[in-house]
Amino acid sequence: MKPPLFRYHDPASVAEAVALLASTDNAKLLAGGQSLMPMLNMRLVLPDDLIDLNRIDTLAHVRENGDVLEIGAMTRQRELERSAVVRARCPLLTAAIEHVGHQQTRNRGTLGGSLCHLDPSAELVAAAMTLDAVVSVTGRGGERKIPFAQFPQSYMTPAIAPDELVIAVSLPLWGRGHGHAFLEFARRHGDFAVCAVAVMLEKNAAGAITRAAITVAGLDAAPVRVAAAERALLGQAPSEALFRAAAEHCRELDAVGDVHAPAAYRQHLAAVLAKRALAEAAARCH
Amino acid sequence: MTASVFGQPVTRREDGDLLRGKGRFVDDISLPGMLEAAFVRSPFAHATIRGIDKTAALALPGVHAVYTLQDFMPHLVTERLVVGLPSKSYKQDRNRPVLANDETVHVGEAVAIVVADNRYIAEDAAALVEVDYEALPAASDCREALAAEAPLVHRNAPHNLLAEFAMAYGDVDAAFANAPHVFRESLFQHRGGSHSIECRGAVAAHDAVEDRLTLWSSTQMPHAAQRLLCDLLGRDENRVRVVAPDLGGGFGPKLIFYPEDAAVALAALLLARPVKWIEDRREHFVATTQERDQYWEVEIAVDGDARILGIRGDLIHDHGAYTARGVNLPHNSAETVPLQYEVPNYRMNIRVALTNKVPVTPVRGAGHPQGTFVMERLLDRVARELKLDRAEVRRRNLIPAASMPYTTKLKARGGLPVVLDSGDYPACQDDALTRAGWHDFAARQQAARAAGRYLGIGLANYCKGTGRGPFESATVRVAPSGKVHVYSGAVAMGQGTRTMLAQVVAEQFGGALDNVTVTLGDSAAIAMGIGGSNSRQSVLAGSSAHLAAITVRKKVLKIAAHLLEAPEAELEFVGDSVRVRNSADRFVTLGEIARSVAGTAGYSLPPDVTPGLEASEHLVIDDMAHANGTVVAEVEVDIETGAVKILKFTGVHDCGRIINPLLVEGQILGGTAHGLGNALFEWMGYDENAQPVTTNYGEYLLMTATEMPHIDNFYRETPSPLNPLGVKGVGECGVVPVTAAIASAIEDALSPFGVIIAHAPIFPARLAAMIAQARGVKFGAAATDGAG
Amino acid sequence: MTTETRSIAVTVNGMRHEREVEVRLTLADLLRHRLGLTGTHIGCEHGVCGACTVLCNGQSVRACLMLAVQADGKEVSTVEGLAPDAQHLHPLQQAFSSHHGLQCGFCTPGILMTLVEFLRENPAPTEAEVRVALSGNLCRCTGYQGIVAAALDAAQRMRAAGQA
Repeated sequence: MKPPLFRYHDPASVAEAVALLASTDNAKLLAGGQSLMPMLNMRLVLPDDLIDLNRIDTLAHVRENGDVLEIGAMTRQRELERSAVVRARCPLLTAAIEHVGHQQTRNRGTLGGSLCHLDPSAELVAAAMTLDAVVSVTGRGGERKIPFAQFPQSYMTPAIAPDELVIAVSLPLWGRGHGHAFLEFARRHGDFAVCAVAVMLEKNAAGAITRAAITVAGLDAAPVRVAAAERALLGQAPSEALFRAAAEHCRELDAVGDVHAPAAYRQHLAAVLAKRALAEAAARCH
Repeated sequence: MTASVFGQPVTRREDGDLLRGKGRFVDDISLPGMLEAAFVRSPFAHATIRGIDKTAALALPGVHAVYTLQDFMPHLVTERLVVGLPSKSYKQDRNRPVLANDETVHVGEAVAIVVADNRYIAEDAAALVEVDYEALPAASDCREALAAEAPLVHRNAPHNLLAEFAMAYGDVDAAFANAPHVFRESLFQHRGGSHSIECRGAVAAHDAVEDRLTLWSSTQMPHAAQRLLCDLLGRDENRVRVVAPDLGGGFGPKLIFYPEDAAVALAALLLARPVKWIEDRREHFVATTQERDQYWEVEIAVDGDARILGIRGDLIHDHGAYTARGVNLPHNSAETVPLQYEVPNYRMNIRVALTNKVPVTPVRGAGHPQGTFVMERLLDRVARELKLDRAEVRRRNLIPAASMPYTTKLKARGGLPVVLDSGDYPACQDDALTRAGWHDFAARQQAARAAGRYLGIGLANYCKGTGRGPFESATVRVAPSGKVHVYSGAVAMGQGTRTMLAQVVAEQFGGALDNVTVTLGDSAAIAMGIGGSNSRQSVLAGSSAHLAAITVRKKVLKIAAHLLEAPEAELEFVGDSVRVRNSADRFVTLGEIARSVAGTAGYSLPPDVTPGLEASEHLVIDDMAHANGTVVAEVEVDIETGAVKILKFTGVHDCGRIINPLLVEGQILGGTAHGLGNALFEWMGYDENAQPVTTNYGEYLLMTATEMPHIDNFYRETPSPLNPLGVKGVGECGVVPVTAAIASAIEDALSPFGVIIAHAPIFPARLAAMIAQARGVKFGAAATDGAG
Repeated sequence: MTTETRSIAVTVNGMRHEREVEVRLTLADLLRHRLGLTGTHIGCEHGVCGACTVLCNGQSVRACLMLAVQADGKEVSTVEGLAPDAQHLHPLQQAFSSHHGLQCGFCTPGILMTLVEFLRENPAPTEAEVRVALSGNLCRCTGYQGIVAAALDAAQRMRAAGQA
């Protein structure tokens, strides 16, 4: 299990990286390496060129910018985990990260790397979907922004061109009184989720739900927002019956089974976790 | 001054180096001019090999050789690894070849070895070896493999039945014909691989000066490996040395002699350069032997008081594609079913099926967990049907202490009757129930259910033959340096065997542990040896070392009495000396004593003593020392997700006299963790074409610290009468009862829904589906419901 | 494709090493096979078992998931650098021996290095926190119980000694 031969590049700037992407035709970008390096060791990917982003210092940052949290693509998961501003303003992200791998992998793994790897069960992908993240990419054609709903193109494939790289992620912040929950069922602590559910809720002074986002991950090629469940919640007062009914929409999502979890089980988990996550998020609203 | 170290929790002599990163594992060996190997492995479960083109691989810079079986043939006495344990039950001989020749019968089978400057290049070249395969149909499921129309595992074989035998006594059919109650169970069990964190590995070097081939191999059995290399290569015993360096865990599969051991040795001989091969984890999944599937159809007959009248049934055992050890696994399983219970009539028909999968050989527990699961599931069924406490059903059937030693009607694999040597099984169970809070659990369960939580408690008894004979070697030698050197054919895989033997020997020399050295795992250090398996080393190596140490001690005292001119009874050991009690200045060192019998040309030895200060023992103990125990598991099941959380796990184990409580606890804990993995997580999956589907640690789940509960263990010490130390083995005991106890506890937790556990491992997906079905609630989407 | 090499300088346990390495060489193989520091073990090479865990600039990382060239200019700490000298052990090492926190010892170096970082950041952990910290390291021998006990004991010893 040793990596195959490749040419190695470690650009010091985004411009250099873009130029390298433009001049190669079978390149892989190396971010934290926690997914790509195993695939290289197993020789499941055979790039001619490896473009290491770890020397580009400008890509690692967390900034609160008004109602938006801006995070550099190469920001380590461990930095996000420890970030006071993330914890205060976007606790769903903190909650999601607690399920991501282990301290050793979070020390290296990056936000951008996880989003681009786009594992169907990845917690950060589910969080980005729930938070309506906007992904900034740059390439030969310049910079552009991709709403996260359009980011997954197909199974483990983001909607970015071969000559583009992700440079930052913007997370629009919810009100300070919002409630959040990130629940997942994984076989062991730190494993990829068999199913994960992320919920964000806001209530008005009268106690009615005014805003809701529910994402289910692990069922299909990419996480999905459950619009029917979100609609069912709006204007309603939180109750067990309401959450149970809303969660039932998650059972009806398309699902793909594998050797560990048949499709029906994943759908069942989606409904169970959604019900529990809604209750937890509602309890956190104030 | 003399201190007893036997029975003391002394910290391990192995720890210092290991904690400093100064262990010496096989991959830590680096020799001048050493090359590295990678194997070309079959991607097909079954295929004809029509040709192998090495051209592109050999053209790669840094590649030294690519060898196939054809290249090795002129240098081999025989092309097969003749390793199968004797048995009259074989229907066909399936020893495996050194490398696949014209047919490959499992994914991962080695087809060619590539030797290069380093492993990176070797892997590059392995990908360039062009093997022309023609895929053949493969047999995957062992039950289906025995069907008349099943694809043949070996294309030239008459069928896929490797062996067939029965284990039987009494008149079981008569017992069933007249029984008040008969209950039938269909059980499926699966155990996975060993997954020592160190994979396998071998380094071979030929010393041209001495014409000696040395193989450092991560093997549990270096003497057997030496024997096989001599047989394969036609070399004399004094021209082959096999050394087991530090082993990063063994757990069974490292006792096998593998094709890679032979291929690496041959490559080193042919290239006249040292060659190293280190198995990577992906190879471990497809090339290191595993345990796997067993299907049981069993019935139990009981009287109105739940006393067992008979057990009968059929077992189909997945053997894999080759015989890499024998039929010992299903034999162990079938022997274990009735072992510690009074079962007057018994018949188990066993069919061992070839499949196009990795060969199956023992993993820690070696078939005993499966037999235990079967028996304990049957007893839970009896309790449920007769509305009795599960522990009470067991108590009525356990062999009582008054019957010990108890000669069962079972036959061990060598043909001897199985005798239970000692133990108080009912008392052990009572002890465990009390310590686990069995008697007040019903109240806790009721309270939890009122709060919507589903708690369950379960128990399992086990009895495990340990210390499989016939012997293990030990030599104790006091050297002119004054050190007490111990040599044994035992092999340390992490159990602390060196510490254990040092304690046994130091006990005879005043407890001076630091003055004892222990050398293990080297065919050149001691002539005979069997090695590490079957929880045998404390029993056999420990006993031989004990007797040898006593012999040497007696001689030391005799010589010291002569030198000190004092009666032996007044002598005592102090550090590396023998002195006259209460006379600090009248002493002689062990070194001086050794020198006095080492011989000086022309001078006489002291009167009445033979030369040298050493003794060798090979104490023969054919009967096995039976350890026993009871474990109680308390679990909570999330009835929506199927998640199982272990709230409490209590064990009472009786492994005879304890040499080192720290090490015994470590062995039980490790075995328990392995058992919990088998119960809840580990699954070596294959699809219907016998392609493995769990070949990395994201897919194959091992126990982690977060999933592992705290374990409360307690010990009883019933000495075994079979060996001079009174000890029993402990290495595998922890694993044996775990799956049975967990199944019992989960079933108890889900008793309101009537969910029955008949499959292991127990996965949440399956559990959740069964619960949902029992509760009559939705599971999957309307469109897919029922698919789960 | 030809083999590309680079000159790197890595400081390991305080000692600077300069080597010409293939760009595809992993950090684990650099340590073990080029620098002779075989205390860092390789167990899975896909980032799960944790046996190869070392500290890179003080942070625990999987050495099988980093290239040697990525360690250029970095400070790497391995198990060989843990004990203060040949006579004494680090408190974690002492505690592992006292609590039988190791058997075969193969996973041990990675676990020790994981705990060095963990106890630096969390000098007074609960048992549950220790278990989470250990969840990225596989041990097949111990059932983790001795390891957890050792970590808690070492934390206490280090607090008492003001080393945390």
